[in-house]
Amino acid sequence: MNIDFSLLITEISLAILGLTVFTLGLILPAKSSQKGLGTFSLCGLLVILALTIASWGNQGETLGGMYLADYFTSFFKILSLTALILVILGSKNYVNSQIENHLEYYSTLIFATLGMIIMFSAGDFITLYLGLELMTISFIVLTSFRRTNGKSLEAGMKYLLLAGLSSAVLLYGLSLVYGAAGTVFIKEIAGNIAQGYFNPLLIVGLAMLIAGFGFKISAAPFHMWAPDVYEGAPTPVTAFLAVGSKAASFAVLIRVFLGAFLEMQEQWTMLIAFLAALSMLIGNLTAFAQTNIKRMLAFSSIAQAGYILVGLVAANEAGIKGVMFYSFIYVFATIGAFTVVSEVYNKTGSDDIADYAGLSQRAPLAAVVLLISMLSMAGIPPLAGFTGKYYLFITVVQDYLWLVYLGLILSMVSVYYYLRVVLVMFRDEPADPAPLKLGSTASLTLWLTLAATLFLGIYPWPLAKLANTVAIAFLAGL
Amino acid sequence: MIEFALNYAWLVPLLPVLSFLTIVFLTRPWARLSSAVAIGAMLGSFLLASSLAWGVFTNPAFIEEPLHYSLRWLGMEGFTVNAGILIDPASAMMLFMVSLVALLVQIYSTGYMKGDPHYSLFFAYLSLFAASMLGLVISSNLLQMFIFWELVGLCSYLLIGFYTYKVSAREAAKKAFITTRIGDFGMLLGILFLQIQFNTLDLLELAAVIPNFAQLGVSLGLLTLIAILFFLGPVAKSGQFPLHVWLPDAMEGPTPVSALIHAATMVVAGVYLVGRMLFLFVEVPGSLTVVAFIGAFTALFAATIAVTQREIKRILAYSTVSQLGYMMLALGVGSLSASLFHLWTHAFFKALMFLAAGSVLHALHNKADVWEMGGLIRKMPITGWTFVVGGLAIAGIPPFAGFWSKDEILLVTWEYARHGHALGYLFFAFAALTAFLTAFYIWRLIFLVFFGPEKANDHVHESPLSMTLPLLVLAVLSGVAGLIGTPWTNLWSTWIHFGDAHSGEPAYLLMLLSVVLALAGIGLAFILYCKDQDKQAARSLAKKYPALYNLSYRKYYIDEAYTWFTRKIVDGGAKVIYLFDIYLVDGVVNGLAALTKGSGQGLKYLQTGKLQTYALIFFLAVLVLTVAFNLDSANALAHLGGVK
Repeated sequence: MNIDFSLLITEISLAILGLTVFTLGLILPAKSSQKGLGTFSLCGLLVILALTIASWGNQGETLGGMYLADYFTSFFKILSLTALILVILGSKNYVNSQIENHLEYYSTLIFATLGMIIMFSAGDFITLYLGLELMTISFIVLTSFRRTNGKSLEAGMKYLLLAGLSSAVLLYGLSLVYGAAGTVFIKEIAGNIAQGYFNPLLIVGLAMLIAGFGFKISAAPFHMWAPDVYEGAPTPVTAFLAVGSKAASFAVLIRVFLGAFLEMQEQWTMLIAFLAALSMLIGNLTAFAQTNIKRMLAFSSIAQAGYILVGLVAANEAGIKGVMFYSFIYVFATIGAFTVVSEVYNKTGSDDIADYAGLSQRAPLAAVVLLISMLSMAGIPPLAGFTGKYYLFITVVQDYLWLVYLGLILSMVSVYYYLRVVLVMFRDEPADPAPLKLGSTASLTLWLTLAATLFLGIYPWPLAKLANTVAIAFLAGL
Repeated sequence: MIEFALNYAWLVPLLPVLSFLTIVFLTRPWARLSSAVAIGAMLGSFLLASSLAWGVFTNPAFIEEPLHYSLRWLGMEGFTVNAGILIDPASAMMLFMVSLVALLVQIYSTGYMKGDPHYSLFFAYLSLFAASMLGLVISSNLLQMFIFWELVGLCSYLLIGFYTYKVSAREAAKKAFITTRIGDFGMLLGILFLQIQFNTLDLLELAAVIPNFAQLGVSLGLLTLIAILFFLGPVAKSGQFPLHVWLPDAMEGPTPVSALIHAATMVVAGVYLVGRMLFLFVEVPGSLTVVAFIGAFTALFAATIAVTQREIKRILAYSTVSQLGYMMLALGVGSLSASLFHLWTHAFFKALMFLAAGSVLHALHNKADVWEMGGLIRKMPITGWTFVVGGLAIAGIPPFAGFWSKDEILLVTWEYARHGHALGYLFFAFAALTAFLTAFYIWRLIFLVFFGPEKANDHVHESPLSMTLPLLVLAVLSGVAGLIGTPWTNLWSTWIHFGDAHSGEPAYLLMLLSVVLALAGIGLAFILYCKDQDKQAARSLAKKYPALYNLSYRKYYIDEAYTWFTRKIVDGGAKVIYLFDIYLVDGVVNGLAALTKGSGQGLKYLQTGKLQTYALIFFLAVLVLTVAFNLDSANALAHLGGVK
């Protein structure tokens, strides 16, 4: 078998970086020198990001079709790496004070990213599952990283058990599809279905795939784990779980459902539309009643999953473009918001919305970033979230107008709970007026996410065009 | 340099944006540094703008073929917006004028605003304003232009209310904002209609498609509606009757602001915009008549008010309203060239007079009543004599700038009348009478403030160089700026024109008439306010015709009428609607909110925290999904299977 290593450059260098960071952590003696691991990982990741961008346009398949590289995977690789870099940059303060074992922390984050990349670059179900488990297990470890904290352990335990359940269902679904279609290769499945490999078992398998991936993107009704895990996990991990794991799973959903089951589109779009509607409803409505900001953001992220699913309902080039655009801008809004949350927790030890009183006086930058991030998530122009939602919902105006209306009404509802936090930050007097000093790297992250959210909202065309090109190439390559 | 300026024209508005950001985020605590940043950036803009203007005016190709580049801003099927830059002689002229006046005003402000606690912020706002105004001028797309249009409105609001501790300033800022919003709303509707009917907002594309409106299935009635809606924006922004009420109140802002925004630049944006959209208005002759009528009426109306006002800046404000009326009139009779020519000259002499007035107020510690001043020219020679130059220019004494442009407007109105527009004679009469009144009220101001006996002002002294230098520059420009548009060397109308370039013979009789009118106005002012030391004649005139005097002094009671209208009609109607609002609308809204909140509270209990529940729900969902999927697919499956 010929292996084309040039297609695997991101994966190989990520694996090397992860192992190096891990080994370095073991060799380096003192706790203090371990703190440099974050910087080291960051430098390595920047190089890998540059490599990935430079290899844009490297296309092909290797390992006998088990592994793919195209514009689509490049786009999501860049997205995952950007998210990881922002998370590490924004969490240095938090990690230094809240987390004990830096070496495992950074390397596990890198391995989780590697898992994501393998997952959405997979050409067959076996590789896909391998990547998915690498990602999931890394996240289980990361979730329970604060081992002296009860909530963190509880979250890890819950995630372990529920992710296990969902993996079982997913694996069962994959095996049913294999049984019905006679192959594990995504491309061949499409061909076989077109030739009439039709079987009720295929339908059952498909339903289970939806359940399995629905769990990963925290779409209702497979979302139950998300609030508890989001709340308990260390905040930077929550942020990465919310953006990285979700975006990668959406990439896989597109790859599998459009790549293998485009023929059966009529059957599954209705169900996806139903999941999208339910996620928007449950996410937005339950977010109303939350007093803990991480839980609130968890429900908000369930609602966001609903919005993104709308793009999948369209199942065309515009829909893919919408999913890609939204996933990308969602990275900035979410990491911006969670970085503020982790910085505030680091200083006040609280995640309660009530403790954000007067944040605008104590840390103006943090308050502004949280404001902009939340307005973007709510879809207020001229922020990126507005454009993203527009690109998503415009795709289903023809066929699923009710979904558009539901999305618009619930977006309106969401403004309430987002702005409630803003109100507390800007109107209420702080209990302790002392300025809350942000870490320098955290401030940098905040500035970056703020700039990205504003820029992509005011001038979305470059990213939209890029996503459009990738979507066209993706559909052409099927 | 010229090549660079043309290719990087977007730098002209960008530089002040950068200085705005720098001041707000970095240099705000250091006042002097902030103003240096603002002036430095503005100087850069000005240099770019002037080399750009030079490039445009030395290359006749730009007259027919504007420089246009744009990039895709938003795009989706059926709707694309290109943001870009459109440079033709008109926008090049505006770029040069705006950046020059902004630069001079900023230099002036270093003296005028010295010691103000919000000195840095003032320069930040001025920079933001300059950026928005320059952006507006070169926009190639109506949506883009509308955004800048709103931004200049915002800056105007912020700067009018700059002295936030003054109630009157806050009220004036609100009044300006709300009044202009009325017009902006109409304009936005007009823009939306254009997008719906013609599917583009690009100025060049619109200019190409609008003449064929009939083929595109747009009725003349609809086009008229669009034109009138569109015109509402300029009516409000350029202080035309009946939405002029905010402009005199806007004088509550610091004087440099009045000079820059409420005399030279922002208020002429409406004129500029109508000029840009003239291709729309000429298709609907009725709408042009409306423009001309509003313009002519506003010119005369505001001039009659200016005659009796006592506050120095208020006189100038009504004078601005009146001159803006002239510009609209010129557009209404179809002459872009005359309108923008007057815009150009007016910017210099009006900015000059405002800045000179600011210098006077600075010296007199904000004593604003012209009747309490006198003989200031001896103490403040530079301020006084530059003001006199401004007065000669606005009155229309050759060879000062105002003469040429006003003469041009009179000429085009006269020709308009002679080409079979009966209303044209009325417009001409209005314009001629306004010319007389303008000379009268400005020279009334000059005689009262600068000549005659000195009042008891002990510590009056000339302003510092930072304030007098801009005055001198503007005075020179007020003297010579009109020479590029004389009837003999009419460079102006070969550069800037709509349709065919105007190349009429010099009309000596008209020139004579306008000079006679100006001299008569000045002469009357001299007799009433300079020769007559006690101003007995003037006082007795006011006493003799109290009704007329009060009508003018109270500005035709328009503010009172508006207040009455809002108090009685709007508030009264509001009381009725209020009941509807609190019982029906609030009932429904609160009900919905309670429902939403309640369902949130209810759904919360689904999240028990128990693993068993979560697993149960997960498996139930898988089950339901599988069953539903199979039921749903059964038919389709049979169908597909049949096909294969």
